[in-house]
Amino acid sequence: MVNLDHYGNYETAWCPGCGNFSILRAVKNALVSLQLAPYQVLFVSGIGQAAKAPHYMNVNLFDGLHGRALPVASGAKIANPQLTVIVESGDGCTYGEGGNHFLAAMRRNIDLTLLVHNNQVYGLTKGQASPTSDWGFITKAQPTGVRSVPFNPIAIAVAMGASFVARGFAGFEDHLTELIKQAITHKGFSLVDILQPCVSFNKVNTFSWYKKRCQQLPLDYDPTNWEEALKTAAKWGEIIPLGVIYRQERPTFTEMLPALQSGSLVGRGLDKTKFNKILGEFA
Amino acid sequence: MNILIGGEAGQGLATVGEILAKSLVRSGYYIVVTQSYQSRIRGGHNTFAIRVSSQPIWAPRESYDLLVALNEETITLHQKELTPSGLIVADQGCAVDEKNCIRVPFGHLAPRPLANVAALGVAGALLGLDHELISLTLEKFFGKKKAELSKENQQVLQAAYQWATTPSLALPKLPKIADPPPRLILHGNEAIALGAISAGLKFYAFYPMTPSTSIGLTLARLATEMELVVEQAEDEIAAINMAIGAAFAGAPSMVGTSGGGFALMVEGVSLAGMTETPLVIVVAQRPGPATGLPTRTEQGDLNFVLHAGHGEFPRAILAPATVEECFYLTYKAFHLAEKFQSPVFILTDQFLADSYRAVEPFTLEGLTPVSLLLKDQSYSLPYRRFAFTENGVSPRLLPGLSEHLVVAGSDEHTEDGHLTEDLEVRQKMVEKRLRKMAGIKREIILPHFEGEEKADLLLLSWGSTKGAVTEAAEILRAAGQKVSTLHFSQVWPLPTDHFPKYFLGAKKIISIEGNATGQFASLLRRESGLAVSQKISRYDGLPITPDYILRKLGEMNLW
Repeated sequence: MVNLDHYGNYETAWCPGCGNFSILRAVKNALVSLQLAPYQVLFVSGIGQAAKAPHYMNVNLFDGLHGRALPVASGAKIANPQLTVIVESGDGCTYGEGGNHFLAAMRRNIDLTLLVHNNQVYGLTKGQASPTSDWGFITKAQPTGVRSVPFNPIAIAVAMGASFVARGFAGFEDHLTELIKQAITHKGFSLVDILQPCVSFNKVNTFSWYKKRCQQLPLDYDPTNWEEALKTAAKWGEIIPLGVIYRQERPTFTEMLPALQSGSLVGRGLDKTKFNKILGEFA
Repeated sequence: MNILIGGEAGQGLATVGEILAKSLVRSGYYIVVTQSYQSRIRGGHNTFAIRVSSQPIWAPRESYDLLVALNEETITLHQKELTPSGLIVADQGCAVDEKNCIRVPFGHLAPRPLANVAALGVAGALLGLDHELISLTLEKFFGKKKAELSKENQQVLQAAYQWATTPSLALPKLPKIADPPPRLILHGNEAIALGAISAGLKFYAFYPMTPSTSIGLTLARLATEMELVVEQAEDEIAAINMAIGAAFAGAPSMVGTSGGGFALMVEGVSLAGMTETPLVIVVAQRPGPATGLPTRTEQGDLNFVLHAGHGEFPRAILAPATVEECFYLTYKAFHLAEKFQSPVFILTDQFLADSYRAVEPFTLEGLTPVSLLLKDQSYSLPYRRFAFTENGVSPRLLPGLSEHLVVAGSDEHTEDGHLTEDLEVRQKMVEKRLRKMAGIKREIILPHFEGEEKADLLLLSWGSTKGAVTEAAEILRAAGQKVSTLHFSQVWPLPTDHFPKYFLGAKKIISIEGNATGQFASLLRRESGLAVSQKISRYDGLPITPDYILRKLGEMNLW
């Protein structure tokens, strides 16, 4: 039996009260609940406070460059589809620096899980606006307020037909754990955008700000209805819907690759007979 | 003999060129192909030059014995490059006044889109190639693509070949070669793709960029059969990061690009250095800065590749001189990358990337795919991905293959891979990474020296210019000059205890490079303190030829 101890308990470099703590707990609980052993899981992260999260767990980890976690994770999953691959990073890393990879990952539909800690601000670099910062949000870098409209990752993901799109809130830990479990189990690309307060640099979107607005989707909500999902994805304001907003099954990228039909790419030798035949074609 | 086929993009001149080149190799000849094209799909002026000989040859030449003109512009542009006995093959309606012109009734021999096949028939007959051999080559080329076209192609070929056996003008026929030995015909990029497969490549990511694209296209074509994955990434940044991810998980990986695309990859190069991930990176150079001359050649990115990536970490840069070396050095690059868990570069250029050659069949005996080096995933606890070792190389396990956890990070890290700000660990980690350089140095490909150590003139070169330098030296020696050559197929690290003797023995040292500033000469000086006497450089987008070298030596009063 895999238990929480297997995933370890580490001292962190986060501020007291940070939303990251409950996200970390939710991730570990989801993994234990799915009975995944640490060695079966590969985390890939980028740069930011959120990207440090997998360092505080016993797992395989590749902590790469700012914005580039998704391509690294994609390459690793293609190399070894047996790995459970989870990408964990923040809103700046995923939606800002790595925006193009976010779009491409949804199109490829590689079977991996993307957990985005979304606190609408840059924490590691001390409080500049992020792609999801509200319009008018004032920072030292944007002293007269943010003049770009916020990026809506959920709406983009639904519009692109990403195969699993969910939103959670760090303050509703059990609900979040359930979403992460579903995302990991889902076959294909899955996004969980996780709202979290930044106690040091976001004095607007605070814990109580989120708590007042976040509402779980009604039980009769149908996440397979794309038009309905688009409408739900557009909601942001007095009510912020939480839950699985959109879901569809489609073949995953690695399932369709001929080279992977006989298993992972790791440890494969060279078929010299075939290779000689190919060389012959160049004669 | 030197043949030039010229025309507009879209006229199928590369197709004729390839089929003619293949037919020549199958007939037992050696070839050197130079493709010169513009960055456009239709129109413009493109050429496909084939130098052919019954003896081994290494470089292109600048004058032509046969000019196959698919349009009139080809004649206007290249008439002056024709040898006195050279012939022009052109359409009978062409207005050019040239007595050495064979006027072909292309309109009668072929429907307009197949004029290139008619030109193939005429050229083949003039060169004395066997009709059946060309016909089989043509069949093989188109056979798979369009079966219905094949019959029409064959009819046109037959008619054109027939027509050309009785013209009033003739070329000296190529000497017949009895029992032509089986040779491969391929260009540098194809050889890189095949060399990578031979080394066990399992993942290739790229974003299309001339002149590197055909590596990806070759691999994509072979991917299903050789069970590898080729992915066209959303950009070069994704390409290199995907390859790093795949390599980290255990698939031998490679990326290919050119200068501008490589610029985007540079942060990833540093990541491979920091995470000690084996990765082969092909940079096929073209003239810069910025978009530069997209379809031309240059050796201008040596400094860039040498210094690419912030921070200090070991790397090796191999610069193949020939198509054979494209194969064998790519194989070697994978082994270096795996053994020293570092990025290894293959630095080529458009000239070599696109240059078809006749190549002796590759020896596969003794070639081991790198993946087999990772077979043993057993290890006793505790496992630390970046354990300090004497040679700097730490045991590399793969995630998910054993219960050991593999942690790697772009932050400075502890032995177990977790980020740290312990400055003592930082210092030790830098030293550990750099210790790998000693191992890389032990495997340096020594430069190739030819001639006497006490020469009047030492010609110094690297990468694809070897052929031109070798042939220029032969010409100089034949004229009684004491000339030697020193060629580097690995440009980093340099064997500084090996080559100075050649420098010290020569009276004059001339470096020959396809760039404006003499980057390699400067690098040699930085590493060894030894300077060249004079530099020959070329940066007009064309490959260095023996003719060019002799011209420049003439300007220096050395020839």
